[in-house]
Amino acid sequence: MTSAQKTSARVNAAPAETPTFPLNAWYAAAWSHEIEHALAPRTICGKEIVLYRRTDGAVAALENACWHRLLPLSLGWLQGDEVVCGYHGLVFDAGGRCTHMPAQETINPSACVRTYPVIERHRLVWIWPGDPALADPAEMPDFHWNDGTEWIGEGGTYYGLRCDYRLIVDNLMDLTHETYVHAGSIGHDAITAASFDVTHTDRTATVTRWMLGIDPPPFWARNLGKPGLVDRWQIITFQAPSVVVGDVGVAPVGTGAQQGDRSQGVNGCFLAAITPATATTCHYFWNFVRTFKKDDEALTRSINLAHVNAEGKGLYDQDVTVLEAQQRAIETHPRLPFYNLNIDAGALWARRMIDRLLADEAQRSAPAAAAE
Amino acid sequence: MASIEWSSGRLRSVQDLTADIRLFEIERDGPFMPAAPGAHINVGVEIAGRPDTRSYSVVGADDDGLYRIAVKRVPQSRGGSAYMWSLAPGARMRVSAPRNHFPLSLGKGDYFLVAGGIGITPLYGMALALAETGARFRLAYAARTRADLAFADVLAARLGDRLSLHIAAEGERIDLAAEIDALPADAELYICGPLPMFEAARRHWQTRGRAPARFRFETFGSSGRYASEPFRVKIPRLGKDIVVPQNQSLLEALEDAGVEMISDCRRGECGLCTLPILETDGIVDHRDVFFSDRQKAAGGKICTCVSRVSGGEIVLDTPDRAG
Ligand code: FES
Ligand code: FES
Ligand SMILES: [Fe+2]
Repeated sequence: MTSAQKTSARVNAAPAETPTFPLNAWYAAAWSHEIEHALAPRTICGKEIVLYRRTDGAVAALENACWHRLLPLSLGWLQGDEVVCGYHGLVFDAGGRCTHMPAQETINPSACVRTYPVIERHRLVWIWPGDPALADPAEMPDFHWNDGTEWIGEGGTYYGLRCDYRLIVDNLMDLTHETYVHAGSIGHDAITAASFDVTHTDRTATVTRWMLGIDPPPFWARNLGKPGLVDRWQIITFQAPSVVVGDVGVAPVGTGAQQGDRSQGVNGCFLAAITPATATTCHYFWNFVRTFKKDDEALTRSINLAHVNAEGKGLYDQDVTVLEAQQRAIETHPRLPFYNLNIDAGALWARRMIDRLLADEAQRSAPAAAAE
Repeated sequence: MASIEWSSGRLRSVQDLTADIRLFEIERDGPFMPAAPGAHINVGVEIAGRPDTRSYSVVGADDDGLYRIAVKRVPQSRGGSAYMWSLAPGARMRVSAPRNHFPLSLGKGDYFLVAGGIGITPLYGMALALAETGARFRLAYAARTRADLAFADVLAARLGDRLSLHIAAEGERIDLAAEIDALPADAELYICGPLPMFEAARRHWQTRGRAPARFRFETFGSSGRYASEPFRVKIPRLGKDIVVPQNQSLLEALEDAGVEMISDCRRGECGLCTLPILETDGIVDHRDVFFSDRQKAAGGKICTCVSRVSGGEIVLDTPDRAG
């Protein structure tokens, strides 16, 4: 590894002007059910955006600043499918074009606000904050587990979580933390004892861990409903820049799960779509879905509450406490680096891919100097 | 007006595209910001010995670190083109970062692009970008004579039969009415060309009840219906009697004569610089896009940053009530 390739995992407090997230990517901005025929503001990758559902059902995403005097358009209202600014009444259509100016018979041709490409898929609304000409639906991350058909679960969002989105990627790419952060629930000494494999492609990194012949932790023992030892798996895949899918489950020991036959076991997936809001805040769209007891709505509810609940005692609440404390520590110790352990391999591959996307973007915007 | 990011730069090379259209390749110091189709840059010019600025559409969307603009030498211009044509490769310049008042929205279905003369400059990059994305579009490009066409070879090669050329001297005009009527309801029109062409297209667009927001235009190319000539302006309230020279705008002449004015776009778009017309014995050559046809016909006000008077003088009022 050359020193240039080490950068982001070692130096946390990057100078403010160094971008930490690529703009040319699809990011989750909202759950589909959250976007109705009403103005919904979001901060995505440093951009202020207002979302709303048009009468034909499609979602529009406009820059949340009026062309005239920058009042957030989200403080205005909808008139049909057009947004009326709440200050002096300029009207913009879903394409960002001004269609009305007060007290004049023509419209200034420069008047418009930026629009962002939107794709609604897998129960989420995704936004492309970068160059619209590069917005390619083929680059959508695979998040089909969330579409509510084969896999069942109800998740949620931490909006405005106060940490660099990459800290969540680190967190999910290394589950040894379960033993410490989540001691007493999903944590298990077997996790720290088991060895793991890390593999990667151009855009993905995968950490695979098999714990064979162990005592099942309580959640899995209950849902497996069979006594005895189990083989447990955690196969966690990162898709650049910020989606993580963790395939997890248990099967009775020796029934061939590792060889591909999971029919005797129970299987779930934790899903994470992490969206940078600013360099130090993010939105964490999460879900836990399963293929067992799919009709059991009480189970769906209890899994949801086990992750996030009003008392702040959920699994993810525990992570959030750690993540926000970690972000504060980075800010109070700007010169202290991160050191890396063997367990960070998955996170390091993930950060390598993010860095690569960032380098591509930097190059795209400064080709002249580089070319000569 | 939002502030402009200026930087120093250098004229890398020039190339004559036609007898009176010259391509300038400009290298701007500092990080390169790519220019999207429809974007323009501002350049510092000198007019009658005084610094001024002019906006020019960026030609194409090259990301090789150079901005290309094409400038038509207009004998009766306000002097920006004359200055640009005086520059030799290597000349230092002041160059702004690109801005875009004429953005092309992608993914809109059908597009009809209309260029008249030097108005081809913003539409050239749009046409190439649309060709690249495989959008449905056509470009109609009108020029006085065949020799006045710039970029026609590249356009023909890249657009094939999506390009139609219309040579006025050979009696070929763009049939704007027929073209507009043939467009699907949700099509967008992008136009840059002389004012009469623009007005004809806009009038027909409105008559047909098409959405005003889908009629996109750029105004740098807009020259008037009449040639620019010096004219006299009187402001009785201030006791002023001023001659507006051929290479200066009415607004600039008023400012020079000490008339306090407010303005913003200086392109005939915002309407801030307008003054009431008390009387005129000439023809008011309305070159703005701020007033509607109805307002121009009524003749109550003039947009001083772009409009002029032909064949006579004009008497204006100002909002100054100090005296
Ligand atoms: S700020 Fe929106 S209309 Fe004035
Ligand atoms: S300054 Fe904007 S119309 Fe004259
Ligand atoms: Fe955790």
